[in-house]
Amino acid sequence: MTERRPPLPLVGAWLGLLALLALTVTLAYVPLGAGNAIVALSIGTIKAGLVAAIFMELRHRSGLTLVFAGAGLFWLGILLWLGLMDFMTRT
Amino acid sequence: MPERAAFAPQYASVPHRDNTAELGMWVFIATEVLLFGGLILAYFVYRHAFLQGFAEGSRHTDIVIGTTNTAVLLTSSFLVAWAVEVFSPDTARLSAWLLTGAACLGLFFIVLKGIEYSKEYDEHLVPGVDFQFAGPLANGVQLFFIFYFVATAIHALHMLIGICLLTTLAAICRKAPTARHHTALHSAALYWHFVDVVWIFLFALIYLPGRSSS
Repeated sequence: MTERRPPLPLVGAWLGLLALLALTVTLAYVPLGAGNAIVALSIGTIKAGLVAAIFMELRHRSGLTLVFAGAGLFWLGILLWLGLMDFMTRT
Repeated sequence: MPERAAFAPQYASVPHRDNTAELGMWVFIATEVLLFGGLILAYFVYRHAFLQGFAEGSRHTDIVIGTTNTAVLLTSSFLVAWAVEVFSPDTARLSAWLLTGAACLGLFFIVLKGIEYSKEYDEHLVPGVDFQFAGPLANGVQLFFIFYFVATAIHALHMLIGICLLTTLAAICRKAPTARHHTALHSAALYWHFVDVVWIFLFALIYLPGRSSS
């Protein structure tokens, strides 16, 4: 018998992502000042992590694939870090 | 399923071929990360300069459509991941249905986006076409909507490409799936999930700011 049902981690990730979506929309209406942006981006990062680890199967990968997948993030980090440093610190 | 040549001469084995395809896909995704990264950098720079204007602009977006579209896209990603997981000659029909379902959800996303665009056009919120906004925040709101339209349009273009890929793979699954199509499906799935991740961040940057204040 070939397995047709979705594996449990996939279902868990899907439900978790929908729950995080509900959470982030709810928290957007709670006045937290500058904290709202931090909460929204943190939850977004957790959601992206779930998609990458479970839907994109990175949790089963090692070594070289993780380096290739991380390379994009590395360059994005440099882009945002050096790009924003001037604007954010200008008085 | 007889296969003429399982892998091209530059590969040592089938897993070698599949790993190479996956690494190539991640390199492509890295270039896409930087494409959207440039947009997001611009967003942060202008949001830093026009904090109130960006919050005001965000309040003029449709949070109901935005949230629905996020749920739709997350669900379509789930269907694609499921199709990859169960893909085999025996379950090709199921995979085909899952991919068709994911493509339909993608189209639904595009339709909702179109409705949203037309609402914004009616509200005179399209910079360069018809933009009218009274008050001291007009400049910031206009910059916000420039980012909004450029980012969501580029994202929607990626969605359309993804929908074509998923539809093609669904047709292949119905006809004559072979083991090498699993690699193709896996690559297309990585692309689709990446488009999903981009939307997760666009959603947080476009729809959520400024909701707790007025």
